Amino acid sequence: MADIKKKKVDVVVVGLGWTGALTAMELTSAGLNVVALERGGDRDTKPDFSYPRIADELEYALRYRLFQDFSKETCTLRYSPSETALPYRAYGAFLPGDGVGGAGSHWNGMLYRSLPEELNLRSYVTEKFGASLIPEDMTIQDYGVTYEELEPFYDKFEAICGTSGTAGVIKGKITGKGNPFEGSRSGDYPLPPLKDNVAQQLFAKAASEVGYHPYPAPAAHTSQVYTNPYGMQMGPCTYCGYCERFGCYNYSKASPNVCVMPALRLRKNFELRAHSHVTKVNLDDTKKNATGVTYIDAQGRTVEQPADLVVLCAYQLHNVRLLMLSGIGEQYDPATGKGTVGKNYAYQVGAGYTLFYDSNTHINPFVGTGAAGQAFDDLNTNQLDMGKLGAIGGSVVRLNLTGGRPIEQMHLPPGAPKWGAGWKKAIKDNYLTSVSFGISTSSMAYRNCYLDLDPTYKDAHGLPLLRMTFNLNDNDLKVAQDAVKQTRKVAQAMNAKQIVGAAKPLGSKFDLRPYQSTHNTGGAIMGERPDNSVVNKYLQSWDVPNVFVMGACAFPQNRAYNPTGPLAALTLWSLHHITTQYLKNPGALVQA
Amino acid sequence: MKKILVFLVAIIVLGFIVVFGADYLAPSKPELADSASAAAGNKDLIAKGAYLARMGDCVACHSVPDGKPFAGGLAMATPMGTIYSSNITPDRQTGIGAYSLQAFARAVREGRLPDGTHLYPAMPYASYAKISDDDIRALYAYFMQGVKAVSLASKPAEMRFPFGIRKLMSVWNLAFYDASDFDDKASENAQIARGAYLTEGLAHCGACHTPRGFGQQEKGLTGKDPDFLTGASVDGWTVPALRAKDGPGVGAWSAQEIADLLRSGRSVHSGVTGPMTDVIANSTQYATPEDAMAMAVYLKSLPSGATQDAAPKFVASDKTANELRNGITRTLGARLYVDNCAGCHRSSGSGEKSAFPALAGNPLVLTDDPSSLIHVILAGATLPSTQAAPSDLGMPHFAGRMNDDETAELATFVRSAWGNKAAAVNASQVAAVRKTLPASITRQVAEQDRK
Repeated sequence: MADIKKKKVDVVVVGLGWTGALTAMELTSAGLNVVALERGGDRDTKPDFSYPRIADELEYALRYRLFQDFSKETCTLRYSPSETALPYRAYGAFLPGDGVGGAGSHWNGMLYRSLPEELNLRSYVTEKFGASLIPEDMTIQDYGVTYEELEPFYDKFEAICGTSGTAGVIKGKITGKGNPFEGSRSGDYPLPPLKDNVAQQLFAKAASEVGYHPYPAPAAHTSQVYTNPYGMQMGPCTYCGYCERFGCYNYSKASPNVCVMPALRLRKNFELRAHSHVTKVNLDDTKKNATGVTYIDAQGRTVEQPADLVVLCAYQLHNVRLLMLSGIGEQYDPATGKGTVGKNYAYQVGAGYTLFYDSNTHINPFVGTGAAGQAFDDLNTNQLDMGKLGAIGGSVVRLNLTGGRPIEQMHLPPGAPKWGAGWKKAIKDNYLTSVSFGISTSSMAYRNCYLDLDPTYKDAHGLPLLRMTFNLNDNDLKVAQDAVKQTRKVAQAMNAKQIVGAAKPLGSKFDLRPYQSTHNTGGAIMGERPDNSVVNKYLQSWDVPNVFVMGACAFPQNRAYNPTGPLAALTLWSLHHITTQYLKNPGALVQA
Repeated sequence: MKKILVFLVAIIVLGFIVVFGADYLAPSKPELADSASAAAGNKDLIAKGAYLARMGDCVACHSVPDGKPFAGGLAMATPMGTIYSSNITPDRQTGIGAYSLQAFARAVREGRLPDGTHLYPAMPYASYAKISDDDIRALYAYFMQGVKAVSLASKPAEMRFPFGIRKLMSVWNLAFYDASDFDDKASENAQIARGAYLTEGLAHCGACHTPRGFGQQEKGLTGKDPDFLTGASVDGWTVPALRAKDGPGVGAWSAQEIADLLRSGRSVHSGVTGPMTDVIANSTQYATPEDAMAMAVYLKSLPSGATQDAAPKFVASDKTANELRNGITRTLGARLYVDNCAGCHRSSGSGEKSAFPALAGNPLVLTDDPSSLIHVILAGATLPSTQAAPSDLGMPHFAGRMNDDETAELATFVRSAWGNKAAAVNASQVAAVRKTLPASITRQVAEQDRK
């Protein structure tokens, strides 16, 4: 029994990051009363991200000031279904956020659309390379939504973010300036691309010489002063290099805090309750209808919030866990292949090269942004000859100088001492003249990579932790290896003194300790049928139609690019159908 | 000593004679007749009254932060003592629920309570005297029917002798109060007339923007008075003139830019700081585009007025911008600027259109008294989140990062860069402002120091 029962509202939004802020904004616009429950604290640019305190690498990047408190809740990991999972206690491979803005406050701002082929990956691979290329235990599938359907919502989200970039294809015509392999856009980016630094210029030149097609990476940082469609203002980026793990003090990096929240706070039909940790979506006796949610407030009281519509907008892992804790949908079982909740957890594989120049080539790494850079897609999903390689997926290759922070962003050449006078000398000799470029490789879904509730470990409230059963697979490692091999000639053409870079060998295991990427996907995947997905093409639960589940948990497998673009576009797409169809006639938008 | 006492007694006696006489002589308005339009349930009239109450910013003084709207209780420190604003909700015992239309009109426009008691002119009845009968009826309808009654007794004023004698106000009225109606024939231009009606009357802009005389009266209540809206000082903030044509400042802006500032708290030139932030948040952001524009056009129509600076304080120059871009920082102030300010305000000092205020030619930067600039550097500033511009763009405080000498160096640089021409700032001026910082800032600085 709840200690407090609140008055019923139209909509309860669980989690107030990107998807939650967009949901609250669009549904209050539709005239609904919306309550947003955020388990972390309230955050605004001022005072939480104020200069100069936010530019404190030790505090924010190494002491993880803005991230989820693992002492209260985390997940557990095991490599295979036969093992006992252990809790993820020390911040490492991925860093879920909390607080208003969520990971959208401390992301890097890389804002890619979907390649059209990503959205119907299984069909694409089958048609182009034959069904036999897909291994029996690889459970990839189509999203059930097409790029053409999502295009207007990509456009809208890019406008909300004040995105800087250069279109490669507009209305079917290749512009000759951007990425020629992208899906056709209805128009250019809201703002021109940010300026290239020396390293990005060297990279673009080398990539062109080798025959690749470099383009300015789309960035959710403003290259100019900007006002978004919600009336929110942004100032131009100063290239300070404090994006990922930090909030932006300059109103330049798109975030829910900068691009949505102040407009939302003015609305009388919106209420934010911070420090409200949702533990369950409540269902009625039929189990086909949600009646609201239960949460634990800042004082530790159990509160019931009734609502007509429940929208889960927490981080991917938490959305999936909430479905499991609430008994919405059937838990996926790898042994039988039955059930869908928790299915197709995927991640990403990273690699890259570090280049060391002589003292005459000044890279000046302290001039950086989280997302601007030069990239090419010649090895990505719709270009890669998967048949020849014998593996499925793709890679995006990108030189994006995110900054030259003094603790984590200095390169040491192989063999240099790791401490003392020798370390100091090596740092001094190389800090200004070294740079890396990165390779990000997609991650395919496999039968034995999934999420469920841990039978052993519980959170601070006594609820079971989410258990991750996951390991790297040779398919993805093969795609990454190939990209590393192919791009060596780019590294060579950049004319550095020394090149360092290697791919992970086949058979490598997932290492939870070093940071890799907070691009966790799947577990509440979308699809065309209830037997292969948790939500329909509108992100609506097949089992409980007044529950929508937003976020990267909907991705059936993960791609090479960063996930924010599609997770936001899918949210706006879903909201469009909620406001234009669902509200008029609440019920399933797709008949099972 | 004895002589002084005798003198004082004489003054008081004389005062009483004058005071009682003044009550009869002081100007007053004719009685306002009740009319059918004020009848209960007239939704349009109540809505009109709600709008007018916004434009009059009644809520600013008649509420305490986080308190019930219009329940009063806000302490207002004056040189004569502390006044507490009254409960103007329709509660019959503690509010104005028992007021007739005429009693309401008299309180608002003449500063007299139903029993004849005088209000202090902290209530801007000298400006409100210009409110039309129709608008008074609408305001009455709103306060009686559109505001929720709150039972909360108003606190008595704590005035120093002899100011506790409210009768004295009749002398003040005799000297400074003008009961005449707004002269809507003063301008042939209907837009200017509307702007004048709002600016001089309901919006009582002069309360802050007009200098005050020896009786704490505004030195001028209409555009015809040369001192009206020529700038003043409020709570340590320099309040800019609104009519100085040769700038820098509002007088030199376009009408559209002034209207933008009123409705959004920002313009392409600048953003509001200090007490005006609340005025925008509580009042002017709700002005219709037409009313905001009318006020702007009216301000533009005023001649420069009395207090004009002899030498121009700003002649644009690109010297500073070129130096900063080439890494030339001649003073500590310039270096501090590059490290702390240039990210938003830019090396050009031009800020970023409507988002980050320009410092080049900014009136707040260039006033003779640098207190406002120092205050912003030390305490930061935040733009109000308005319907027209929801972004609460904020500048952080630097009180914990810069000492008095450094702040003075920075302020001096800003006041002399990009063609700005204002006097240097010294550390003692900074120290004086630092003492007035709000507790929230000093607390944050102390917390930072502990880390």
